[in-house]
Amino acid sequence: MDLISDRGNRITVEELNTSNLLKHAREQADRFGLDDILVVDVDSHHYEMEHLDEVLPFVENDVLKQLLMSNRAKGRGSLLPSETSFQDMGGRITRYPLRHSEKTGPGKHRDVQLGNRWMDALGVDYACLFPTQMLHVGLTTQPDLENNLCWAYNRWLTEKILPETDDRFFSMLCLPFNDPDASLRHVETFGGRKGVKGFCVTAIRTLPVHHNSYMKVYRAIEERGLALSFHSGTNSAEPMFKSLNRFATVHALGFPMYNILHMANWVTNALGERFPKLPVIWIEAGLAWIPFLMQRLDHEYMLRTSEYPGLRKPPSDYMRDMYYSSQPMEVTDIIQLESTFRMINAETQLLYASDYPHWDFDVPSSVLNLPFLSERAKHNILGGNAARLFDLKPRTAAQRKNLELHSLA
Amino acid sequence: MPEICVAKSNDLKDGDRVIVRIGRDEVGVFRHKGSLRAYSNYCLHAGGPACEGLIIAKVEELILPDKTSDGLYFSKDETHFVCPWHGYEYDLKTGECVGNRKLKLRSYEVIERDGDIIVVS
Repeated sequence: MDLISDRGNRITVEELNTSNLLKHAREQADRFGLDDILVVDVDSHHYEMEHLDEVLPFVENDVLKQLLMSNRAKGRGSLLPSETSFQDMGGRITRYPLRHSEKTGPGKHRDVQLGNRWMDALGVDYACLFPTQMLHVGLTTQPDLENNLCWAYNRWLTEKILPETDDRFFSMLCLPFNDPDASLRHVETFGGRKGVKGFCVTAIRTLPVHHNSYMKVYRAIEERGLALSFHSGTNSAEPMFKSLNRFATVHALGFPMYNILHMANWVTNALGERFPKLPVIWIEAGLAWIPFLMQRLDHEYMLRTSEYPGLRKPPSDYMRDMYYSSQPMEVTDIIQLESTFRMINAETQLLYASDYPHWDFDVPSSVLNLPFLSERAKHNILGGNAARLFDLKPRTAAQRKNLELHSLA
Repeated sequence: MPEICVAKSNDLKDGDRVIVRIGRDEVGVFRHKGSLRAYSNYCLHAGGPACEGLIIAKVEELILPDKTSDGLYFSKDETHFVCPWHGYEYDLKTGECVGNRKLKLRSYEVIERDGDIIVVS
């Protein structure tokens, strides 16, 4: 296979095989004995756009279905990326341009086969599967379109994909959050389906998560013993970000900023008090933003307590009650990172995430190599915390023994 | 020092590379603009296959005397190889990580003798 290099030169590389690409990850997994450690990945992805022909027939509204399916005609796509993008860095991340070259066999759905390859290479036992482009669904100005797309994707995922994964994949399903009534219908319809461990607010949006209209949605999720996650993302069209001219800066700022916005509203409006049994997970924004927001909100709270009438403790204490996915873990200042782990009670609240196959994925050794973590903390971050949160069982006797050895009880 | 033949000279043309195992290390051997270089194939970031990805000129930005930018261009002098896992770039001449040149891949001496390409380990 050829990749395009500078000045029209072409560079020959092997055709993509995920197992080969990740063979060094498999070596790491063997070296760390990861097969004997339960590893749960709370944030992985697939490319649902590759299967839109399978997804779109599940759209309920006939007019929207016709519009969406007609739009699949080839050759009329936009020349420019829809936002400041080039995530693959001009082919430097080879699995992007080579993705279509990877061969899969008959039998299980292609996404399941590809998923099992990277999970086995990384040493991951269970993974929470999120879409990719659907994470931007909240940006539409058509709530009915968002509702229909979420409905179709969630039906397809729970009826066609998850049943083929031998329970190794689960999901927190995207909610059509522009429409609280539709969101409630999703929770009521899909909340009891196999492999559904919670629901996800695609966080690339600016609406107030504390609005009264959402309380019934949170209550329905809490009543079912499920989790609520906020999965962040990038949006170069966001007014504040319109001056950013590199994807690196759009990415560096976008992911944390949306989570900061929603977290600030969640905490300030005392949703932790209103839904004390609802696990809330903040996904794919890294960790560096959390100490910033904890300090910032605590400072305001002490000076302006009257604006926090629902709180019974400082904002940072509510933030410590919530969960965080680990990726992308900022490791450039190890002392700062250790401080962050202390501030979020990482041993109980941090959940390993790979984000595979996206460009900035983290391997499990990103946790195992941290010099300040105890063995118990490593085991719980890699899988123990998520196993308790999502009721996931160890897959081997050795994993069970390790979980018991490093139990937090 | 042990010498290991990793390829026939004819099999490694300019612009080519080969990945070989040498002892406990995996090594990428490059022929680029007439020179042979060999580096460990384990990326210093997360252990990815550093030598197996795209080979591409360094991207530079031309800043004019009045401090304005005249845009991006490819360097005529510096070539990088890029780890395909996350995009860490390495200088093909030195094995230095271009984001932090204090970081450097383990390098190996490469010689060409009697039609063989030989890595000295």
